[in-house]
Amino acid sequence: MTTSPAIRADHTGRSSELGPVPEDWSYHEVAQFLYREARLADENDYDAWEALWTDDALYWVPSGGADVNPETHVAVIYDNRSRISTRMKQVKTGKRYAQAPPSDLRRIIGNIEFLGGRENPFGGIDLEVGANFLAYESRQRENQLWGGRTTYRLRRVDGGIRLAYKKVVLVDNDKPIPTMAFLI
Amino acid sequence: MTSVAPIGSGIKSVVDRLIRPDQVHGSIYTDPAIFAEELKKIWFTTWVFVGHESEVPEPNDYVRKKLATQDVIMTRDREGEVHLLINRCAHRGLQVCDDSSGNSSSFRCPYHGWTYRNTGELLGYPYNKGYGGKGKLDLGMGKVPRVESYQGFVFGSMAEDGPSLVEHLGAAAGEIDRLAGLSPRGEVALDAGWLAHKTRANWKFLAENETDGYHPQFVHGSIFGVTGSPIGALYSDASTAVTRALGNGHSENDLRPEFRSFAEPMRWFGTTPDRVPKYVAAMEKAYGDDAERRMIEGAPHVMIFPNLFIAEIQVFNIQPVAVGECIQYATAVQLRGGEELNRRMISQSIGSVGPAGMLLADDTEMYERNQRGVELLDPEWLDVRRGLTRESVDENGFTIGAATDETGMRGFWKHYRTLMEA
Repeated sequence: MTTSPAIRADHTGRSSELGPVPEDWSYHEVAQFLYREARLADENDYDAWEALWTDDALYWVPSGGADVNPETHVAVIYDNRSRISTRMKQVKTGKRYAQAPPSDLRRIIGNIEFLGGRENPFGGIDLEVGANFLAYESRQRENQLWGGRTTYRLRRVDGGIRLAYKKVVLVDNDKPIPTMAFLI
Repeated sequence: MTSVAPIGSGIKSVVDRLIRPDQVHGSIYTDPAIFAEELKKIWFTTWVFVGHESEVPEPNDYVRKKLATQDVIMTRDREGEVHLLINRCAHRGLQVCDDSSGNSSSFRCPYHGWTYRNTGELLGYPYNKGYGGKGKLDLGMGKVPRVESYQGFVFGSMAEDGPSLVEHLGAAAGEIDRLAGLSPRGEVALDAGWLAHKTRANWKFLAENETDGYHPQFVHGSIFGVTGSPIGALYSDASTAVTRALGNGHSENDLRPEFRSFAEPMRWFGTTPDRVPKYVAAMEKAYGDDAERRMIEGAPHVMIFPNLFIAEIQVFNIQPVAVGECIQYATAVQLRGGEELNRRMISQSIGSVGPAGMLLADDTEMYERNQRGVELLDPEWLDVRRGLTRESVDENGFTIGAATDETGMRGFWKHYRTLMEA
């Protein structure tokens, strides 16, 4: 790819410089949040999962590499807050057949690492966290093992933690992959 | 599984028994012997869509592609000509090119260092005295013998002889022209990358579904409902759209009657001229009075036998892997000179197609359930008779049915049978 990952790492148009890790975050509370997000996704608890997101959310699963520009290149998922909402509304109809019945699913998150702080559009600093995952999905088609690296941006909003950004780089995203209609 | 004769009795009589005017036998999707015959008679004979010239824009650009089960390298040589090389070393058969894309005038096999020009010609082999010196070997990479482009869409035929690409495309060529005619420069690019969606189903279920106007309201009702999409109505019982068999197995859902009745430019793209003023101005400059018609009628929805599907703003390339598995490659159409639309085409495509797409993941679920379904023994046949009694012939001699009729599928099977019985 000719895309420069360093420049194009953040496609939301905001400052993409990664600064020092902000001070007011504990590893324990961050891990608890990531585990909760993972559990809500595993259990297809769509409303609770959707409520974790900020209004400027970005949910991104690139294809064909880790940093392929989704404005000039197709991606598996590149959802802003509005499209996350559409995705949730669709699945909640019960007629999103790729996820009706829903996948049976469990994932493990590990290697949680505080990567730094990133300025958000509201003048604050989001905590950027990296983690690896393995997700085991059971569907009638077959069982599927998914693995990859997730980058999260977390923000404190009204005393709670919210998710502003989640980018999931599948280890096999340069190969054909089966339907992935659950929340990765 | 059934009373149908085994393949040993001759493919011609088998196909004859499996395909009726209004029914198709389930085993045609599950029998590995039939799949092997299809590779020979269809995939390694007729014109197969492989990629687009815009994927290799510069001299010496290359990109790895699939032609059915074959790993091919689409190259552009220094003179600008496009080649399809079989990615196999003439020495020991290894894959010569490992990178998915790049720019190089030659390829070097990692095993013994044999090198090939990007036209497939053998350039060199180390320690050449073992072969009597330089230039002694009459070997080279395999090549897809016939390569032709139409509007930049690159097709390959593994048969040395046969109908030309234009003959194969027939009336479907006009649909590709219609797509290109939505570019102010008359030029389409497919350079936004491809999503590769692994599908546990026989390739024919996909080819049949692409112009099946009966399923959208059901399979896609969930997304049409939550987005308020008007697409569903195009495929309703009341729709004036038609399904057309274009000959040679090609078919389309012609939505123009619906869009003409609204007579609203850009409605086909879900927008209005005031929201894409630069595009509209460029179209008017390029096409004058005809621009409005183009922007009203919109892009085609056409399945080109056996594997190219143009779905308005997306292009699909279907490649078979095995009798019960294929891969759907999908990308967004990019219109040269239509930059105002291009980013939105990518965004809409990401939302719609690929493994997480809000449309295509549901189609793919149906293909996979379809495949499991035909493993069951009774009833043995699939039904393709919808609309058979209300078909007519249009002014160009093509069979047309209503928006939800299986006219396209019947055209597919007619051509399939011709190729398989050849």
